[in-house]
Amino acid sequence: MRILDTIILLSLTNKFQEYTSSWQTNASVVFLFLFFTFFPITSSLAQEADVQAGKNLFNANCASCHKLNKKAVGPALKGVSAKYDREWLYSWIKNSSAMIKAGDAQAVAVWEEYNKVAMNAFPMLSNADIDNILAYTDYTPPATAASAATQQPAAAASGSGMNNNLILGALSLVFLMLVVMLFLVQKTLKRIAVASGVDITPRSKEKRPPLWKVVAQNQFLIFLMVIGFLLSSAYFVYGYLMQVGIDQGYMPVQPIHYSHKIHAGANQIECKYCHSSARVSKHSGIPSLNVCMNCHKNIAEYNGEEDVENGYTKEFYTKEIKKLYDAVGWNEENQAYTGESKPVKWVRIHNLPDFVYFNHAQHVQVGGIECQTCHGPVEEMEVMYQHSSLTMGWCINCHRETNVKLQDNEYYAKIHEELSKKYGVEKLTVAQMGGLECGKCHY
Amino acid sequence: MSSNKVYWKSTAQLDKNNELVKRLEQNEFVDKIPVDEFLGDEQTMSESNTNRRDFLKYVGFSTAAASLAACEGPVIKSVPYVVQPEQIIPGKANYYATAIADGYDFGSILIKTREGRPIKVENNKQAPTMGGGNARIHASVLSLYDIQRLQGPKAGGKEVSWSDFYSQVGDKLKAMSLADKPVVLLTQTFASPTTQVIIDNFIGQFPNVRHVIYDPISCNAALEAFENIYGVRALADYDFSKAETIVSVGADFLGDWQGGGFDSGYAKSRVPKKHHGKSEMSYHIQFESNMTLSGANADHRIPVDPAGMKKIIAEIYAQLTAASSKSNLSPQLQKVVAKVVKRLKKSGSKAVLVSGVEDVAAQEVVLAINKHLGSNVIDTAQPKLIRQGNHKSVSQLVDDMESGKINGLITVGVNPSFTLPNAAAFTAALSQLELSVAFALKEDETATNSQFVAATPHYLESWGDYEFKKGHYALAQPTIRPLFDTQQFQDVLLKLSGSDSSYYKEIKSHWTEKMLNGSSWNQTLHDGYLSGDDSMVYENVSFEVNNQVAALSKATSVPMSLVLYSKTGMGDGQQANNPWLQEFPDPISRVSWDNYLTVSANDAAQIGLKNVNVADGALNGSYAKITVGGKSLVVPVLIQPGQAKGTVGLAFGYGERKGLQDEMQVGVNAYPLYNDFDSVQNVSIAPAEGYHEFACVQLHNTMMGRDIIKETTLEIFNTKEKEYWNPIPKVSKNHIEYEVTSSEVDMWQSFDRSIGHHFNMSIDLNACTGCGACVIACHSENNVPVVGKKEIRKSRDMHWLRIDRYYSSGETFGEDYQTKEDISGIGDSLTTFGGMESASENPQVAFQPVMCQHCNHAPCETVCPVAASSHGRQGQNHMAYNRCVGTRYCANNCPYKVRRFNWFLYNKNDEFDYHMNNDLGRMVLNPDVVVRSRGVMEKCSLCIQMTQKTILDAKLDGRAIEDGEFQTACSNACSSGAIVFGDINDKESKVAALKKDDRMYHLLESVGTKPNVMYQAMVRNTDES
Repeated sequence: MRILDTIILLSLTNKFQEYTSSWQTNASVVFLFLFFTFFPITSSLAQEADVQAGKNLFNANCASCHKLNKKAVGPALKGVSAKYDREWLYSWIKNSSAMIKAGDAQAVAVWEEYNKVAMNAFPMLSNADIDNILAYTDYTPPATAASAATQQPAAAASGSGMNNNLILGALSLVFLMLVVMLFLVQKTLKRIAVASGVDITPRSKEKRPPLWKVVAQNQFLIFLMVIGFLLSSAYFVYGYLMQVGIDQGYMPVQPIHYSHKIHAGANQIECKYCHSSARVSKHSGIPSLNVCMNCHKNIAEYNGEEDVENGYTKEFYTKEIKKLYDAVGWNEENQAYTGESKPVKWVRIHNLPDFVYFNHAQHVQVGGIECQTCHGPVEEMEVMYQHSSLTMGWCINCHRETNVKLQDNEYYAKIHEELSKKYGVEKLTVAQMGGLECGKCHY
Repeated sequence: MSSNKVYWKSTAQLDKNNELVKRLEQNEFVDKIPVDEFLGDEQTMSESNTNRRDFLKYVGFSTAAASLAACEGPVIKSVPYVVQPEQIIPGKANYYATAIADGYDFGSILIKTREGRPIKVENNKQAPTMGGGNARIHASVLSLYDIQRLQGPKAGGKEVSWSDFYSQVGDKLKAMSLADKPVVLLTQTFASPTTQVIIDNFIGQFPNVRHVIYDPISCNAALEAFENIYGVRALADYDFSKAETIVSVGADFLGDWQGGGFDSGYAKSRVPKKHHGKSEMSYHIQFESNMTLSGANADHRIPVDPAGMKKIIAEIYAQLTAASSKSNLSPQLQKVVAKVVKRLKKSGSKAVLVSGVEDVAAQEVVLAINKHLGSNVIDTAQPKLIRQGNHKSVSQLVDDMESGKINGLITVGVNPSFTLPNAAAFTAALSQLELSVAFALKEDETATNSQFVAATPHYLESWGDYEFKKGHYALAQPTIRPLFDTQQFQDVLLKLSGSDSSYYKEIKSHWTEKMLNGSSWNQTLHDGYLSGDDSMVYENVSFEVNNQVAALSKATSVPMSLVLYSKTGMGDGQQANNPWLQEFPDPISRVSWDNYLTVSANDAAQIGLKNVNVADGALNGSYAKITVGGKSLVVPVLIQPGQAKGTVGLAFGYGERKGLQDEMQVGVNAYPLYNDFDSVQNVSIAPAEGYHEFACVQLHNTMMGRDIIKETTLEIFNTKEKEYWNPIPKVSKNHIEYEVTSSEVDMWQSFDRSIGHHFNMSIDLNACTGCGACVIACHSENNVPVVGKKEIRKSRDMHWLRIDRYYSSGETFGEDYQTKEDISGIGDSLTTFGGMESASENPQVAFQPVMCQHCNHAPCETVCPVAASSHGRQGQNHMAYNRCVGTRYCANNCPYKVRRFNWFLYNKNDEFDYHMNNDLGRMVLNPDVVVRSRGVMEKCSLCIQMTQKTILDAKLDGRAIEDGEFQTACSNACSSGAIVFGDINDKESKVAALKKDDRMYHLLESVGTKPNVMYQAMVRNTDES
């Protein structure tokens, strides 16, 4: 009964986790729902203005230059409505440069403080829109709501851990009971046998020489065993030697903890956005730091999912972003480059020997091979590692099996026609195109 | 039977009572070993924490730890850019058009850079002038990474900052200017319009400065002659592609004569072309003393001493103009000259006469002859400007320095302390000067003796603009940021004259204002050249040369003349620290790492000079002491077939000097003998002690009637069938003769090569001048190591591409064939073949570039025990270095001897201290080609990295490949068009047409290897009519 109970409990918690995860993904909807249902709205202004609409507008129009609590290209906007007169804010947001031109003292001061970068004009925003945005920037979510929301799933998680222990305990109890029962049954049977006069004394065995002696005396068997032993040890020695110099699974610690899981996985960034030279060159290229800064100029802290057990907390990731800033020489305060950069010395993971020529562009662009074919599930790798063995056998196998992408490539037009006639097939593998010749990769 | 002999080591031993001997006999060591000193000190021993066992433990542990640590793979770091430049994509090469102008070599070139490093020089094929680089230009990229380069400015021998340099030199210059003390600016030939403007402005600022131009190897006579007649100090240009008759009197125009660059035009006229059903090619006759490239390529070569050449010029002029002749030429030469005149007259405007005789009168007569012929080969309207040196002013300068008339000297790009004939006097005077500044790439003799040394960048780190020839300009741009703390001469001059501008800005403004005429600066910089039809207009040109002719015909021969020349590899010696050039075998002598006295066999025998081959086949030459005007030199002797009797030759550019690595300190310095800048000197020769060890890569000089090079005359070529002059060898099977190419006599099963690409290379022996640009290009493209003189002497040279040079042992190769045919019986064959091994006095010469022939039936592939050598469907013979175990079976089985074995590790090895042994030098390595290790066989791959790149690029672009896209390093470098590479499965391609040409043959066809490299048989125009 207890077991049944725990199983039901388990499925329930699973259900709940599913629920909570969907809650997270559909955060906006659920947040809104929770917000309006459970918490009383205190500010009278916020009542008129729509915080959610404000958030949407903020993300669409302001977020590329402004943050709530931090300086970016423009100032932090938390509590901005308290700083300036609302009418002044309306006209500033609608057309700031006009105000600067007109010589509004406050406007000129702001303009000068932020490196004389004029803010874009937003004439399309109505006063109501601006009110919404300001409501959002003024809004502080009540602390209780946040803690309640985070505590619930945590409790559920710890509950499920306890249940697992319970199951194990129950199972071992059942086994123990079974052993005891069997012992008792045997005892009873024996008693019955004695009572009914059945002889249950074990039969005396014939004297036979021990097994090892038989084996030792049989020379042919020894011969076979020696051969077997030698062969099996040779197998293992060979296996050991063949893996020398193969770094499959090589997972070095990098100077900056860069998570492909977050970038390629959670954020779905295309591989070739950063590794752009894979499209045109033999090298895939480690992106230069200015490529990182395309996004990280604005993303100064991590706000995604955490993996607390492994220590990958938000603070941890944010610290890694700071490492990037340090390397590239980005001053967050001034939102400007200091000019002092420290190039990052990444540890190279995929090391082909010098005597092999490998061209990324040919595989990625011409062949249309997915990066994951060789590099594995990169989008799930928190820490990058070498997925494939990168041995010659591995290359050759793929060349034998993979068909060349012939469509819409003028280069292959003639050769395809001739080769397909020769082999009598419509599709051609890389090997049939000469992809197994030594000189194709070794020169 | 025992002997009673007593063995003794010293007489003291015989004295049985000698105490010392007794004691020594007891003791193994003379002195007692101080064991007690450290073992007897019991206190230290007992206090010590380390006992013997511990010690062994430590040893054991550390050994184990070290070997364990060695098992782990190295951690390789990758450091990307912080901000990646837009144009640089790692793994992709960028090309920049630029120009070289080092005062001796000029040319428009392309520079291939990888990840920002220049790694190779390519010809700028689009440039209409001087777009084809010679061997030195192709090697110049390595000089950029020379560890001997100056790394910053110096004052008084100490390193200073540029600001100190400016303030010190500026102050001195200003003070001298105020005191009106004369200063001379001694420079190389710049041929740079903007530099001229900057120098003029500088002189405007400092009127006490005078500009003198100095060419270490002078073209003074030709310049002066041109100036006398046309009024401009320049050199006539020649387009030999228009020539029908070429007469050269001592002009090595395929070498460095007047700046060179004539070979591509020449080659065009030398390839027989069908015209009215008859093939035509130019006729080239060469009169010369030393055997030169031009002489080797000539249809007819006549060895003459320098005085004879003067007379010949006079005689030709006299006969052409029907004037009376007073030259007393020998009857033989008289006959030749008559023939030459007949030819010249017949060809008329398509004829040209060129001369390298360093004599103003001779050069004036040459201009007059060409005028008389109405030659359109010569171009005087757009003359060349790449030689401007004036030897009179230079001689005057040294005199003035000695007499104290000059107080300051600024040298730029020249090293007079080494290259002047009176260098010692110059150096002594230099150290007395109030101000001496040397603008130099290296700390050479002049720089060490100057107060201030301004470190200048290499040309690949510099801006520049040049006017190679009137109306033909070139732009140079930096291809890398300066490696060291250097500044260009022009920038320094601008700064010293108080300008804020830079050389780059000056060039740009000068070009946009004066030259571009509205066309785009960026486009011109991208192209690297600008050519227009701006030409000179001459007035009052008179060709009155009767006095000169009279003077020439009076020339008298001397018993022995020394003819100084420049070698194809070394030129004037600026790049002597370039290991590629040192190892480059001279096309004529095939000797690397040396210069030597070339002597005719006849003279050598008379003086008692010898060349011998020692046991391992290497060449030794005796030394000779040569004396010119009181100055003596001991030089090694090389007996040179074809050297005119009564003349000897010696090359510039070698010798011990400063700024040169020890390994490169080879040869002797010929500059001290260059009196009055005259390349011809009276000399006396005496044998000297000892033998010199040469590093010669070809020890068998004659072809002995074999058909390695197929040669025929134009007459036979025009009148007879191919079977007569270019037969395919036959083999007998069942008493039926088959051609060796027939499948009937083939044991091999051929691949089907009709699909995809099938690469072939054609080498036209008529177009190949032997210039060697391909050898250096191959070196630089394929990371071929430099092995040094000792290894070359052991025939361990690593050149993937060699240019074999063959002499005839008779007058002509044809005669050799005949001699061989006429042999009857074994006895006769032994004596005749023995005789045929020595080259003739004046042999015919032929060049043949040989690389891996990429046989379809490759003998090397079948003998490889590990299948490291295999055949590709595209025709290339692949060599997998990582698979090779170094049995060298393949090299033994190769009939062409083109495989090269790595006897040692040539990189990162102090025993081979060349560019691959330092970080700077390794920057020139091509990242697409493996650097081979010890014990591995290597060879020409037909630049598979380049053919693959072309294919991969086409796939990436999704297009078919056009003819001409496939190139190899050698075919790319060949400006004469001798080497053509392509895909024979592309029926429209040039190489497919060449394969069907009548002249086509394969090397050693009788072996049946079916090579993918073919040759076009040589045709000589010996038509005597």
